[in-house]
Amino acid sequence: MAEFITFFFGAAVILAGAIGVVVARNAVHSALFLIQTLLGVAVIFVVQEAHFLAAVQIVVYAGAIVILFLFVIMLLGVDKAEDLGVEPIAGQKPLAVVLGASLLATAITFVLVATDGATGVGSGDPERQLDSGITDIERIGRVLFTEYAVAFQLTAALLTIGVIGAVVLTRSRSTADQLDDLEPASMDLPSLAPEGANDEHHVDTVEEDAS
Amino acid sequence: MILAELALTPPYYLVLSALMFAIGATGLLIRRNPLVMFMCVELMLNGVNISFVAFGADLNDVGGQISVFFVLVVAAVEVVVGLALVVAINRRRADATADDVSLLRG
Repeated sequence: MAEFITFFFGAAVILAGAIGVVVARNAVHSALFLIQTLLGVAVIFVVQEAHFLAAVQIVVYAGAIVILFLFVIMLLGVDKAEDLGVEPIAGQKPLAVVLGASLLATAITFVLVATDGATGVGSGDPERQLDSGITDIERIGRVLFTEYAVAFQLTAALLTIGVIGAVVLTRSRSTADQLDDLEPASMDLPSLAPEGANDEHHVDTVEEDAS
Repeated sequence: MILAELALTPPYYLVLSALMFAIGATGLLIRRNPLVMFMCVELMLNGVNISFVAFGADLNDVGGQISVFFVLVVAAVEVVVGLALVVAINRRRADATADDVSLLRG
């Protein structure tokens, strides 16, 4: 019963947030709605007793990915409202909604027709079974570093490639060009001395007027 | 009390997952801001994650949770590279929407 209430609460939070991401005009609002959705997904993970994933969900998604989104939004200054009424392709929006609805209908039909549940069988290995008595994090750790060790190493390579790619993509101009850009900026510095002298002179005249 | 006899079977999670995926896909098609489009991709990935965990719980196997772990890593890399692309495009032309960069050449 408590599970049920938690599930429906989490589902409501998720769906409200997901719709918010799509319809919010401001990109910052979309990012905040995305955080709401991701927290709801973490709640759903807890209901399914995947506690480690719930923690990772909050740390990695809400803590890192959405912050990255917000950082880029603020960096680019694109935090202004988008006009959702503009349609470069005629009839794009109704078509998109129809496609999304048919996708949803297909998926739900599959779910409701397949009442037997998952057709595969779980591995007989007790290390992989969810009710084997060891903690969630220990089970995932053992399986991840034995059976999936190669895949885990590959994710390390993927992360490295991703970081290098991001650096290469954002480093758009050479250092020489940047130095050229700096030259005019240094020449635009206001010369302080004459202005200061003018100010003093101005103050003097005011005092003279007062006396 | 009839509610006490109800159990949370996989279809509950799968319907929620399908809803999330469909909302994300619709948003991806509707929105033109590349950043929001990336957020919609995150929605779709999370929807699939829910069904991974539900199937894993149904089969009493940790494989579903391992899959979610890998999806998380790939999603993180995807966001990093995608946002780097958005920053690089925005340097050339501010206010670029996804429709303005239909060609790879600048």
